[in-house]
Amino acid sequence: MGKKRKMPGLNTSSTADISFMLLIFFLVTTSMDTDQGLARTLPKPPEDDQLNNEIKIKERNILNIRINKDNYVMIGDDYASLADIKERAKEFIKNEENRPNLPELKPKKIKGLGKTMMVTENHVISVQTDRGTDYGVYFAVQDALVTAYNELRDELAKAEFGFKYEFLTDDQQKAIREVYPQKISEAEPKKYGGQQ
Amino acid sequence: MPEMNTSSLPDLIFTILFFFMMVTTMREVTLKVKFEKPIGTQLEKLARKSCTSFIYIGQPTDALRGQFGSAHRIQLNDKYAEAPEIYDYVMEDRSELAESDKPFYTVSLKVDHHTPMGIITDVKQVLRKAYALKIVYSANKKQD
Repeated sequence: MGKKRKMPGLNTSSTADISFMLLIFFLVTTSMDTDQGLARTLPKPPEDDQLNNEIKIKERNILNIRINKDNYVMIGDDYASLADIKERAKEFIKNEENRPNLPELKPKKIKGLGKTMMVTENHVISVQTDRGTDYGVYFAVQDALVTAYNELRDELAKAEFGFKYEFLTDDQQKAIREVYPQKISEAEPKKYGGQQ
Repeated sequence: MPEMNTSSLPDLIFTILFFFMMVTTMREVTLKVKFEKPIGTQLEKLARKSCTSFIYIGQPTDALRGQFGSAHRIQLNDKYAEAPEIYDYVMEDRSELAESDKPFYTVSLKVDHHTPMGIITDVKQVLRKAYALKIVYSANKKQD
Protein backbone atom coordinates (compact mmCIF):
# COMPACT_ATOMS: atom_id res chain seq x y z
CA MET A 1 0.00 0.00 0.00
CA GLY A 2 2.91 2.30 0.52
CA LYS A 3 3.45 2.37 -3.19
CA LYS A 4 2.88 5.81 -4.63
CA ARG A 5 0.71 5.72 -7.68
CA LYS A 6 1.52 8.26 -10.27
CA MET A 7 -1.52 10.20 -11.43
CA PRO A 8 -1.73 10.01 -15.21
CA GLY A 9 -1.45 13.46 -16.74
CA LEU A 10 -4.48 14.91 -18.45
CA ASN A 11 -3.98 15.07 -22.16
CA THR A 12 -3.84 18.81 -22.86
CA SER A 13 -2.63 18.71 -26.41
CA SER A 14 -5.96 19.98 -27.70
CA THR A 15 -6.09 23.04 -25.44
CA ALA A 16 -4.00 24.93 -27.94
CA ASP A 17 -6.47 24.11 -30.69
CA ILE A 18 -9.39 25.20 -28.56
CA SER A 19 -7.82 28.50 -27.68
CA PHE A 20 -6.86 29.03 -31.31
CA MET A 21 -10.50 28.61 -32.22
CA LEU A 22 -11.50 31.19 -29.61
CA LEU A 23 -8.84 33.55 -30.90
CA ILE A 24 -10.06 33.23 -34.47
CA PHE A 25 -13.66 33.69 -33.35
CA PHE A 26 -12.77 36.96 -31.65
CA LEU A 27 -10.73 38.15 -34.59
CA VAL A 28 -13.70 37.65 -36.85
CA THR A 29 -16.40 39.16 -34.69
CA THR A 30 -14.57 42.21 -33.46
CA SER A 31 -13.35 45.25 -35.24
CA MET A 32 -10.20 47.07 -34.44
CA ASP A 33 -10.89 50.13 -36.53
CA THR A 34 -10.33 53.24 -34.50
CA ASP A 35 -12.94 55.79 -35.25
CA GLN A 36 -11.56 59.08 -36.44
CA GLY A 37 -13.28 62.28 -37.30
CA LEU A 38 -13.79 65.96 -36.76
CA ALA A 39 -15.13 66.70 -33.30
CA ARG A 40 -17.71 69.43 -32.95
CA THR A 41 -19.83 70.82 -30.16
CA LEU A 42 -23.37 71.75 -30.99
CA PRO A 43 -24.92 74.82 -29.39
CA LYS A 44 -27.51 74.32 -26.68
CA PRO A 45 -31.10 74.22 -27.86
CA PRO A 46 -32.78 77.63 -27.69
CA GLU A 47 -34.92 78.22 -24.61
CA ASP A 48 -38.48 79.27 -25.22
CA ASP A 49 -38.05 82.81 -23.97
CA GLN A 50 -34.95 83.26 -26.09
CA LEU A 51 -36.57 82.40 -29.36
CA ASN A 52 -36.96 85.95 -30.51
CA ASN A 53 -33.68 87.15 -29.12
CA GLU A 54 -31.45 86.53 -32.06
CA ILE A 55 -27.82 86.74 -31.24
CA LYS A 56 -26.45 89.83 -32.88
CA ILE A 57 -22.93 89.70 -34.19
CA LYS A 58 -21.25 92.55 -35.97
CA GLU A 59 -21.05 91.96 -39.66
CA ARG A 60 -17.29 92.29 -39.81
CA ASN A 61 -16.95 89.46 -37.30
CA ILE A 62 -18.74 86.87 -39.42
CA LEU A 63 -17.25 84.92 -42.25
CA ASN A 64 -20.15 83.47 -44.17
CA ILE A 65 -19.42 80.41 -46.20
CA ARG A 66 -22.36 79.21 -48.23
CA ILE A 67 -22.69 76.04 -50.25
CA ASN A 68 -25.60 75.67 -52.63
CA LYS A 69 -27.34 72.55 -53.81
CA ASP A 70 -25.01 72.24 -56.77
CA ASN A 71 -22.05 72.24 -54.39
CA TYR A 72 -20.75 75.67 -55.36
CA VAL A 73 -18.98 77.38 -52.50
CA MET A 74 -19.26 81.08 -51.75
CA ILE A 75 -17.21 83.02 -49.25
CA GLY A 76 -18.93 86.26 -48.42
CA ASP A 77 -20.11 87.48 -51.81
CA ASP A 78 -17.80 85.68 -54.20
CA TYR A 79 -17.49 82.18 -55.49
CA ALA A 80 -14.50 80.28 -54.23
CA SER A 81 -12.88 76.94 -54.71
CA LEU A 82 -12.19 74.56 -51.87
CA ALA A 83 -8.53 75.48 -52.04
CA ASP A 84 -9.30 79.17 -51.41
CA ILE A 85 -11.16 78.52 -48.19
CA LYS A 86 -8.12 77.79 -46.09
CA GLU A 87 -6.30 80.99 -47.11
CA ARG A 88 -9.39 83.16 -46.74
CA ALA A 89 -10.13 81.66 -43.34
CA LYS A 90 -6.57 82.24 -42.14
CA GLU A 91 -6.65 85.83 -43.32
CA PHE A 92 -9.99 86.29 -41.59
CA ILE A 93 -9.01 84.71 -38.27
CA LYS A 94 -5.71 86.52 -38.06
CA ASN A 95 -6.55 89.97 -39.49
CA GLU A 96 -2.89 90.83 -39.35
CA GLU A 97 -3.20 94.29 -40.87
CA ASN A 98 -6.23 95.24 -38.81
CA ARG A 99 -8.42 95.85 -41.84
CA PRO A 100 -11.87 97.26 -41.17
CA ASN A 101 -13.70 94.52 -43.06
CA LEU A 102 -12.09 91.75 -41.05
CA PRO A 103 -12.92 90.93 -37.42
CA GLU A 104 -12.01 93.45 -34.76
CA LEU A 105 -8.81 92.92 -32.83
CA LYS A 106 -8.97 93.19 -29.09
CA PRO A 107 -6.08 93.13 -26.67
CA LYS A 108 -6.16 90.01 -24.56
CA LYS A 109 -3.81 89.04 -21.79
CA ILE A 110 -2.58 85.52 -22.38
CA LYS A 111 -1.25 84.05 -19.16
CA GLY A 112 0.61 81.18 -20.76
CA LEU A 113 2.61 83.55 -22.96
CA GLY A 114 3.03 86.24 -20.32
CA LYS A 115 2.02 89.03 -22.62
CA THR A 116 -0.89 90.78 -24.17
CA MET A 117 -1.80 89.93 -27.73
CA MET A 118 -4.24 91.33 -30.24
CA VAL A 119 -6.85 88.65 -30.76
CA THR A 120 -9.90 88.47 -33.01
CA GLU A 121 -11.83 87.12 -30.13
CA ASN A 122 -15.36 87.56 -31.41
CA HIS A 123 -14.99 86.13 -34.88
CA VAL A 124 -17.37 83.46 -36.06
CA ILE A 125 -17.16 81.31 -39.12
CA SER A 126 -20.56 80.20 -40.23
CA VAL A 127 -21.12 77.48 -42.80
CA GLN A 128 -24.54 77.53 -44.38
CA THR A 129 -25.76 74.79 -46.63
CA ASP A 130 -28.75 74.02 -48.75
CA ARG A 131 -30.75 70.91 -47.92
CA GLY A 132 -29.44 69.39 -51.13
CA THR A 133 -25.75 70.04 -50.54
CA ASP A 134 -23.56 66.97 -50.52
CA TYR A 135 -22.25 66.07 -47.09
CA GLY A 136 -18.85 65.39 -48.64
CA VAL A 137 -18.48 69.00 -49.73
CA TYR A 138 -19.65 70.28 -46.36
CA PHE A 139 -17.11 68.03 -44.71
CA ALA A 140 -14.33 69.20 -47.02
CA VAL A 141 -15.12 72.81 -46.08
CA GLN A 142 -15.09 71.94 -42.38
CA ASP A 143 -11.80 70.14 -42.84
CA ALA A 144 -10.31 73.16 -44.62
CA LEU A 145 -11.38 75.41 -41.76
CA VAL A 146 -9.79 73.16 -39.18
CA THR A 147 -6.66 73.11 -41.32
CA ALA A 148 -6.62 76.90 -41.24
CA TYR A 149 -6.85 76.95 -37.44
CA ASN A 150 -4.23 74.24 -37.06
CA GLU A 151 -1.78 76.03 -39.33
CA LEU A 152 -2.21 79.30 -37.45
CA ARG A 153 -1.72 77.50 -34.16
CA ASP A 154 1.37 75.76 -35.49
CA GLU A 155 2.82 79.06 -36.69
CA LEU A 156 2.28 80.71 -33.34
CA ALA A 157 3.52 77.69 -31.42
CA LYS A 158 6.71 77.64 -33.47
CA ALA A 159 7.24 81.36 -32.96
CA GLU A 160 6.63 81.23 -29.21
CA PHE A 161 7.92 77.86 -28.14
CA GLY A 162 9.87 76.53 -31.10
CA PHE A 163 7.75 73.43 -31.49
CA LYS A 164 4.63 72.49 -33.37
CA TYR A 165 1.34 72.76 -31.49
CA GLU A 166 0.93 69.04 -30.97
CA PHE A 167 4.28 68.72 -29.15
CA LEU A 168 3.52 71.41 -26.56
CA THR A 169 2.50 70.81 -22.98
CA ASP A 170 -1.14 71.18 -22.01
CA ASP A 171 -0.64 74.66 -20.56
CA GLN A 172 1.17 75.87 -23.64
CA GLN A 173 -1.50 74.45 -25.88
CA LYS A 174 -4.12 76.22 -23.82
CA ALA A 175 -2.31 79.52 -24.26
CA ILE A 176 -2.19 79.02 -28.03
CA ARG A 177 -5.84 78.10 -28.08
CA GLU A 178 -6.66 81.35 -26.30
CA VAL A 179 -5.07 83.30 -29.13
CA TYR A 180 -6.79 81.30 -31.83
CA PRO A 181 -10.01 79.92 -30.41
CA GLN A 182 -11.82 77.66 -32.84
CA LYS A 183 -15.14 79.26 -33.58
CA ILE A 184 -17.04 77.46 -36.25
CA SER A 185 -20.75 77.94 -35.92
CA GLU A 186 -22.72 74.73 -35.90
CA ALA A 187 -26.00 76.42 -35.22
CA GLU A 188 -28.94 76.64 -37.50
CA PRO A 189 -27.43 78.99 -40.03
CA LYS A 190 -30.39 81.36 -40.24
CA LYS A 191 -29.85 82.50 -36.66
CA TYR A 192 -26.47 83.91 -37.48
CA GLY A 193 -27.24 84.94 -41.04
CA GLY A 194 -26.34 88.31 -42.41
CA GLN A 195 -29.90 89.33 -43.06
CA GLN A 196 -30.38 91.69 -40.14
CA MET B 1 14.59 13.11 -31.63
CA PRO B 2 13.13 14.42 -28.39
CA GLU B 3 9.70 15.97 -28.76
CA MET B 4 9.38 19.67 -28.26
CA ASN B 5 7.58 20.63 -25.10
CA THR B 6 4.36 22.29 -26.19
CA SER B 7 2.73 22.55 -22.80
CA SER B 8 3.06 26.34 -22.76
CA LEU B 9 1.48 26.77 -26.16
CA PRO B 10 -2.09 27.10 -24.81
CA ASP B 11 -0.95 29.79 -22.38
CA LEU B 12 0.65 31.65 -25.20
CA ILE B 13 -2.46 31.54 -27.35
CA PHE B 14 -4.62 32.53 -24.40
CA THR B 15 -2.46 35.59 -23.88
CA ILE B 16 -2.95 36.64 -27.48
CA LEU B 17 -6.65 35.95 -27.11
CA PHE B 18 -6.96 38.19 -24.07
CA PHE B 19 -4.99 40.89 -25.79
CA PHE B 20 -7.40 40.90 -28.70
CA MET B 21 -10.40 40.82 -26.42
CA MET B 22 -9.17 43.92 -24.71
CA VAL B 23 -8.15 46.06 -27.65
CA THR B 24 -11.10 45.30 -29.85
CA THR B 25 -14.76 45.95 -29.49
CA MET B 26 -17.59 43.73 -30.55
CA ARG B 27 -19.13 44.66 -33.83
CA GLU B 28 -22.53 45.56 -32.52
CA VAL B 29 -24.69 46.20 -35.50
CA THR B 30 -25.13 44.75 -38.91
CA LEU B 31 -24.97 47.60 -41.32
CA LYS B 32 -28.06 48.13 -43.38
CA VAL B 33 -26.77 51.21 -45.12
CA LYS B 34 -23.81 51.62 -47.41
CA PHE B 35 -21.57 54.49 -46.64
CA GLU B 36 -18.29 55.76 -47.84
CA LYS B 37 -16.96 58.16 -45.29
CA PRO B 38 -15.58 61.52 -46.41
CA ILE B 39 -11.83 61.96 -46.46
CA GLY B 40 -10.20 64.46 -44.16
CA THR B 41 -6.76 65.55 -43.10
CA GLN B 42 -7.24 67.05 -39.63
CA LEU B 43 -8.84 64.13 -37.86
CA GLU B 44 -8.77 63.34 -34.19
CA LYS B 45 -9.09 59.90 -32.69
CA LEU B 46 -12.24 59.13 -30.79
CA ALA B 47 -11.29 59.22 -27.15
CA ARG B 48 -13.69 56.80 -25.50
CA LYS B 49 -15.50 54.31 -27.54
CA SER B 50 -17.61 53.11 -24.64
CA CYS B 51 -19.23 56.52 -24.29
CA THR B 52 -20.14 56.79 -27.93
CA SER B 53 -23.30 56.15 -29.85
CA PHE B 54 -23.24 55.70 -33.57
CA ILE B 55 -25.66 56.99 -36.15
CA TYR B 56 -25.29 55.63 -39.65
CA ILE B 57 -26.66 57.45 -42.67
CA GLY B 58 -26.45 56.23 -46.22
CA GLN B 59 -28.23 54.40 -48.98
CA PRO B 60 -29.70 50.97 -48.21
CA THR B 61 -27.34 48.12 -49.03
CA ASP B 62 -27.69 46.39 -52.37
CA ALA B 63 -29.65 43.50 -50.87
CA LEU B 64 -32.21 45.83 -49.33
CA ARG B 65 -32.34 48.24 -52.25
CA GLY B 66 -35.37 46.58 -53.82
CA GLN B 67 -37.37 46.77 -50.64
CA PHE B 68 -36.47 50.22 -49.39
CA GLY B 69 -35.46 52.15 -52.50
CA SER B 70 -32.32 54.16 -52.84
CA ALA B 71 -33.10 57.25 -50.77
CA HIS B 72 -30.63 57.92 -47.96
CA ARG B 73 -31.75 56.45 -44.66
CA ILE B 74 -30.77 56.75 -41.04
CA GLN B 75 -29.83 53.58 -39.20
CA LEU B 76 -29.96 53.27 -35.41
CA ASN B 77 -28.95 49.95 -33.88
CA ASP B 78 -30.26 47.35 -36.27
CA LYS B 79 -33.05 49.12 -38.03
CA TYR B 80 -33.92 52.11 -40.15
CA ALA B 81 -35.26 55.09 -38.29
CA GLU B 82 -36.54 58.59 -38.84
CA ALA B 83 -34.81 61.63 -37.41
CA PRO B 84 -37.18 62.18 -34.42
CA GLU B 85 -36.48 58.65 -33.16
CA ILE B 86 -32.90 59.66 -32.49
CA TYR B 87 -34.08 61.51 -29.41
CA ASP B 88 -35.16 58.31 -27.64
CA TYR B 89 -32.12 56.45 -28.91
CA VAL B 90 -29.74 59.03 -27.47
CA MET B 91 -31.61 59.24 -24.18
CA GLU B 92 -31.56 55.48 -23.76
CA ASP B 93 -27.90 55.11 -24.67
CA ARG B 94 -26.84 57.89 -22.37
CA SER B 95 -28.89 56.59 -19.42
CA GLU B 96 -26.89 53.36 -19.54
CA LEU B 97 -23.64 55.17 -18.88
CA ALA B 98 -22.17 55.69 -15.45
CA GLU B 99 -22.77 59.15 -14.04
CA SER B 100 -19.09 60.01 -14.30
CA ASP B 101 -19.01 59.12 -17.99
CA LYS B 102 -22.02 61.18 -18.99
CA PRO B 103 -20.12 64.39 -19.73
CA PHE B 104 -18.04 62.47 -22.25
CA TYR B 105 -21.03 61.15 -24.11
CA THR B 106 -20.42 61.61 -27.83
CA VAL B 107 -22.42 60.83 -30.90
CA SER B 108 -20.45 59.70 -33.91
CA LEU B 109 -22.05 60.40 -37.26
CA LYS B 110 -20.99 57.87 -39.84
CA VAL B 111 -22.38 59.41 -42.95
CA ASP B 112 -21.98 58.68 -46.64
CA HIS B 113 -20.40 61.58 -48.46
CA HIS B 114 -23.23 61.84 -50.99
CA THR B 115 -25.90 62.35 -48.35
CA PRO B 116 -27.85 65.58 -48.76
CA MET B 117 -27.26 67.98 -45.86
CA GLY B 118 -31.00 68.24 -45.15
CA ILE B 119 -30.97 64.90 -43.35
CA ILE B 120 -27.91 65.85 -41.34
CA THR B 121 -29.39 69.20 -40.35
CA ASP B 122 -32.49 67.39 -39.09
CA VAL B 123 -30.34 64.95 -37.14
CA LYS B 124 -28.32 67.76 -35.58
CA GLN B 125 -31.46 69.59 -34.50
CA VAL B 126 -32.72 66.46 -32.74
CA LEU B 127 -29.33 65.96 -31.07
CA ARG B 128 -29.41 69.53 -29.80
CA LYS B 129 -32.87 68.97 -28.37
CA ALA B 130 -31.60 65.84 -26.63
CA TYR B 131 -28.62 67.77 -25.25
CA ALA B 132 -26.22 65.41 -26.98
CA LEU B 133 -23.98 68.27 -27.96
CA LYS B 134 -20.70 66.50 -28.59
CA ILE B 135 -20.60 65.05 -32.06
CA VAL B 136 -17.94 63.64 -34.31
CA TYR B 137 -18.13 63.66 -38.09
CA SER B 138 -16.55 60.30 -38.73
CA ALA B 139 -14.10 60.23 -41.62
CA ASN B 140 -11.17 58.41 -43.13
CA LYS B 141 -7.70 59.79 -43.07
CA LYS B 142 -6.31 60.93 -46.38
CA GLN B 143 -3.67 58.53 -47.62
CA ASP B 144 -0.62 60.23 -48.99
